[in-house]
Amino acid sequence: MDLAGFEVNMHKYSLTHLQELESEAIYIIREVVAQFDRPAILFSGGKDSIVVTHLAKKAFWPAKIPMPLIHIDTGHNFPETMEFRDKLVESLGVQLIVGSVQEAIDKGRAVEESGINASRNELQIVTLLDAIEKHKIDAAIGGARRDEEKARSKERFFSHRDEFGQWDPKNQRPELWNIFNGRKRMGEHFRVFPISNWTEMDIWNYILQENIEIPSLYFAHNRNAVYRDGTWLPASEFLSLRDGEFVENKLMRFRTLGDITITGGIESDADTLEKIVAEVSATRSTERGNRSDDKRSDTSMEDRKKQGYF
Amino acid sequence: MELLRFTTAGSVDDGKSTLIGRLLYDSKSIFEDQMEAVRKSSERKGLEHIDLSLLTDGLRSEREQGITIDVAYRYFATPKRKFIIADTPGHIQYTRNMVTGASTANLALVLIDARKGVVEQTCRHSFIASLLKIPHIIVCINKMDLVDYSEEVFNKVVEQYEDFAAKIDVTDIRFVPISALDGDNVVNESENMPWYKGESLLHTLETIHIGSDENHLDARFPVQTVIRPHADEYHDYRGYAGRIAGGIFKPGDKITVLPSGLTSAIKSIDTYGGPVEEAFAPMSVSITLEDDIDVSRGDMIVKDESEPFVSQDLEVMLCWMATRGPRPGAKYFLKNTTREAMAIIKEVYYKLDINTMEKQEDAGDIKMNEMARVRLRTTQPIVFDEYRKNRITGSLILVDEATNETVAAGTILL
Repeated sequence: MDLAGFEVNMHKYSLTHLQELESEAIYIIREVVAQFDRPAILFSGGKDSIVVTHLAKKAFWPAKIPMPLIHIDTGHNFPETMEFRDKLVESLGVQLIVGSVQEAIDKGRAVEESGINASRNELQIVTLLDAIEKHKIDAAIGGARRDEEKARSKERFFSHRDEFGQWDPKNQRPELWNIFNGRKRMGEHFRVFPISNWTEMDIWNYILQENIEIPSLYFAHNRNAVYRDGTWLPASEFLSLRDGEFVENKLMRFRTLGDITITGGIESDADTLEKIVAEVSATRSTERGNRSDDKRSDTSMEDRKKQGYF
Repeated sequence: MELLRFTTAGSVDDGKSTLIGRLLYDSKSIFEDQMEAVRKSSERKGLEHIDLSLLTDGLRSEREQGITIDVAYRYFATPKRKFIIADTPGHIQYTRNMVTGASTANLALVLIDARKGVVEQTCRHSFIASLLKIPHIIVCINKMDLVDYSEEVFNKVVEQYEDFAAKIDVTDIRFVPISALDGDNVVNESENMPWYKGESLLHTLETIHIGSDENHLDARFPVQTVIRPHADEYHDYRGYAGRIAGGIFKPGDKITVLPSGLTSAIKSIDTYGGPVEEAFAPMSVSITLEDDIDVSRGDMIVKDESEPFVSQDLEVMLCWMATRGPRPGAKYFLKNTTREAMAIIKEVYYKLDINTMEKQEDAGDIKMNEMARVRLRTTQPIVFDEYRKNRITGSLILVDEATNETVAAGTILL
């Protein structure tokens, strides 16, 4: 083989960036199943956890995903998300564990916030930790990405949590090459983030490439909404209007999905995956810019993560 | 589009954060609301300029102290490539963070202040790149605006670096004169330095050939887990799941399983999308074999023409990562690919001065951030290659039995 032929041949043995990210994520998901006794996937119904679930399906094919999905139900959900969740769980043939924030409030484990910007976002922490403890989950796989938020940019793939479920950002285990240390004491657990290295753009391009089904909320649709703090909050029984605010019918879509009370939408006519990819690549603001939970302070994500947030 | 992972090291003073900010900003990877938040934070701190380091320093303690402590990962993409930056602190007390960032990088950016030339930190960053076998180094000679964009100054620094580089084991080294503050030669070619005939930093990052960085010669497949569907359709299916760590596998290839030495041939290479005709690093696949032999997590499937080493004695360069040094005679969990064994440090030959690469014999106990050349003895045979041949099969970590902390990272030597 001459040198030129070698070069051409070598070029053939390379992956695209999406193939490499996929391979890395599948490797990490398989490591979780190999290293832990009772892993689970945290499923929010948002696009990132849908992608993680899709990757898990690929990682163990032709077997089923060998772990349950956990959904933390705030009680303030988009009905579309719930429908989507149930359909997906049925098609995968996996177990679904639901942790209910309402139940935590009723039992006095959590206290509902009050006021105009009240949300159940922080209440998910106690519900999640309860679900992890109750089902003895030792590794919870999540769809967090490092490009989402600055505290997340420092998070490991295998992120250790102490027996109180807390993250200690100053004392994280070093993570080298592709060797992941999942050793822990009884009562401790790990959060694992297989798509850490993906950006929002990668997620959308991958959804397009793989033709992954996502909730209709991500596509442009008409909806009643209220304009508040630079974003369109969906009108729902949980939203109380402030002085001067009024409900309008808008052609809009959501870039991220969370609890219905904190997820703002954007005006958009992107009603296909192709149009969404084009819109996201042209956009000039971050996706979490429409999430009021991140706007509470410069380090609100770090503070919540220390307590046990996703 | 390919993926390029690169690492940078440095403190605020050498303009590392400014350079990263510039790359992110000029490639339109910083969103308006992020920029607005940084502008507001800079204002609150009473700064006259927008402090781009606020984009990268994410933790509360880092923002308070104005320094980078932990490795931060940053992302940007151009139409040609996607980039992952492992942004690490440059000070010697953070050597372990630099080593962490370097472990997955294909390329290292070394920053030199044009006014100061090659300094201790330059050497340290280059040595780490060399020890971790990063195949490419781009030396950015920064702050050219402060030396009147002088070709003479640039040439002097290049000469100085080349003298030093004779000591390191990196063959692809390139030099770019830049001003990170003004953007000269970062994304666009500089009008201030017409004498520089090379390409801008971003153009180099976009075009540098990384296709040969993976080892495509020695076939290595560490088994992660065994896939056994409990369904009628796949009743007898046994797929060995893993990520290829080197070489090319094809159905029909004769293989050996190590350390057992059992042999078979590849029946199929499966993915969710269907069986594939060949698979290469770093693909994640499942392999089925012609024979029903004992294969489980920690085993390595290799092709017969080039076998790795199988031994309980390892010659290793360790970087110590924990605050407490190794206790005499202490046992550690050793992790190498998907395999685990207990190990003890049998002998410490010398410590390596990371600023000068000089060997220090009888230099006392190993402390955090220090490099030491040791011999390890394991309870089970380890299946490995020399690190310079394969960065995946040639690397290991040590985990403390008592605390479960990752206490050391090692590269295997011969």
